[in-house]
Amino acid sequence: MWGIIRQKVAAGGGSPVARIRPVVSNLRNYSSAVKQMMVREALNSALDEEMSADPKVFLMGEEVGEYQGAYKISKGLLEKYGPERVLDTPITEAGFTGIGVGAAYYGLKPVVEFMTFNFSMQAIDHIINSAAKSNYMSSGQISVPIVFRGPNGAAAGVGAQHSHCYAAWYASVPGLKVLSPYSSEDARGLLKAAIRDPDPVVFLENELLYGESFPVSAEVLDSSFCLPIGKAKIEREGKDVTITAFSKIVGLSLKAAEILAKEGISAEVINLRSIRPLDRSTINASVRKTNRLVTVEEGFPQHGVGAEICASVIEESFGYLDAPVERIAGADVPMPYAANLERMAVPQVEDIVRAAKRACYRSVPMAAAA
Amino acid sequence: MILGRSFEDMCAQMYYRGKMFGFVHLYNGQEAVSTGFIKLLKKEDSVVSTYRDHVHALSKGVPARAVMSELFGKATGCCRGQGGSMHMFSKEHNLLGGFAFIGEGIPVATGAAFTSKYRREVLKEADCDHVTLAFFGDGTCNNGQFFECLNMAALWKLPIVFVVENNLWAIGMSHLRATSDPQIYKKGPAFGMPGFHVDGMDVLKVREVAKEAIERARRGEGPTLVECETYRFRGHSLADPDELRDPAEKARYAARDPITALKKYLIESSLASEAELKAIEKKIDEVVEDAVEFADESAPPPRSQLLENVFADPKGFGIGPDGRYRCEDPKFTEGTAHV
Repeated sequence: MWGIIRQKVAAGGGSPVARIRPVVSNLRNYSSAVKQMMVREALNSALDEEMSADPKVFLMGEEVGEYQGAYKISKGLLEKYGPERVLDTPITEAGFTGIGVGAAYYGLKPVVEFMTFNFSMQAIDHIINSAAKSNYMSSGQISVPIVFRGPNGAAAGVGAQHSHCYAAWYASVPGLKVLSPYSSEDARGLLKAAIRDPDPVVFLENELLYGESFPVSAEVLDSSFCLPIGKAKIEREGKDVTITAFSKIVGLSLKAAEILAKEGISAEVINLRSIRPLDRSTINASVRKTNRLVTVEEGFPQHGVGAEICASVIEESFGYLDAPVERIAGADVPMPYAANLERMAVPQVEDIVRAAKRACYRSVPMAAAA
Repeated sequence: MILGRSFEDMCAQMYYRGKMFGFVHLYNGQEAVSTGFIKLLKKEDSVVSTYRDHVHALSKGVPARAVMSELFGKATGCCRGQGGSMHMFSKEHNLLGGFAFIGEGIPVATGAAFTSKYRREVLKEADCDHVTLAFFGDGTCNNGQFFECLNMAALWKLPIVFVVENNLWAIGMSHLRATSDPQIYKKGPAFGMPGFHVDGMDVLKVREVAKEAIERARRGEGPTLVECETYRFRGHSLADPDELRDPAEKARYAARDPITALKKYLIESSLASEAELKAIEKKIDEVVEDAVEFADESAPPPRSQLLENVFADPKGFGIGPDGRYRCEDPKFTEGTAHV
């Protein structure tokens, strides 16, 4: 069952540590009491459970302790586990990421939080050279069970240096696993899987999703719940066009699918969940069913996640395609600040609808209307 | 020290004969630092090094055969040929590499020291007093990561010793041209840890200072910064023509060769005779020759090794077109699968 998503009030405006006030939409009453859980709570509970299950798990990052987390993801963890396991670090990304990697060499399981993944660029040498490549360089002697997590991609009005999406960058590196959750179920299951995984995992969250609530079943709330790494989820089944997305864009794609359904186009929405390894098998199976592909992402278009998916589909399912592959990405410009420009720089629901219609050969012009 | 010197000389020979390739950085002249420090460590203590890591590996106990095979790129090397000259790792001997990037090893070493403290305090392994040594050069001391780690190591009182092998040159950049205040040991107290300067060409002096620093870390009193004034007799790497260094400077340091100095000391204090020292040299020569033979005769890695060890959990290669995990495909282990 795909959930009812609480709508956000206007994008843009508000501080980065936004407390998004949900607007109550039509809530249907289910007979089984389905709990609503915010993504923030999902991440917090996943961290809490993994830290209590394994004393080798510890959290380090800027403001994760006394400040309760820059986005309140690590709320309450300092009180519960103490300063030795929830470490407030100085502003030294390169230094503390390297320290996390060194600790992981010896079997501890650090969860390194980047305030946003933009700051991970200061530490990217350690993520790639000392974490991702170490198991290979040491020929299996030294594995690195570390998780790098934090918000990725554009938020609201935070400007060019805080809005970069790193999915494509990290997903190109062998030795890393790259995950990007959408719903609370994804957030819980994938974070637990990441912490338990013996390899370095880059966990790309999204700041605007933190305040969104999703329904979670009892299975998801169980402390042993875990999602497999490398498997995508079909959020909505369809038969006319395949739309692939990850993180916040899944929400937009689902809305686009609703609109398309009214026009007679049945869209299948795939939530990638795992950018590396990419679940090519699910994507290709879906394209072989629908014969049309639209990939959507928020990051920059060149060498992006969509580029890889398109290449993969063309390589493996060329004969099944009835239309050229459509690739939607963020605009090829550094993220502007002005609210209207920012809206134009990031894919919106209308862009997805337009691309899907193009893939289905409904006559729609290529250029967007400002 | 003799092992280090002969080994490195043999590396040069092998490189020029084409048996070794890529980047090779030799340690000739700096042996006193490696021996002086590493020989004081227990097996469980860790060493983190740079690309100039052959002799650190040997001092820590990695067999000469394993190091030589690794350099030749054979499957019997300490990393089965997957690391190479700059990436020596040994879990057994707690040698954590082997890093090519300047300054990269320092945070990793700080992390290893962090683990030691975490194990003692959080995991309650009361006897865990492992010390970590981070070796790096003068050029690294201008890098941001160095300062970040001095800060955090002192802040959290980590059991680590930062050993600066100040050989005055970073490839062709003189330390004096690159650094505003060239006295590196002074940077320790700025962060709240003691800083020492020692003559890195004299192994006994190095050992004295090393002993104090390591004991301090073991007792839980925190980090120390030790600057060893040393010199590398060869160029930065075997590809370096080494034209910028003044021959007079080289001659001055060659006169302070740590091996000759120690030999002289041993003979003058009658701790050993000429004959005994010659016998040691002969034995080492045999060890190195044997290492070369062993490496020569070893097989190169099999094709299937290409895809091994990218992940500890090979499901990380994802799901193949047939819907099963790629690592379960038999062709994967033979190295012929399409990835």
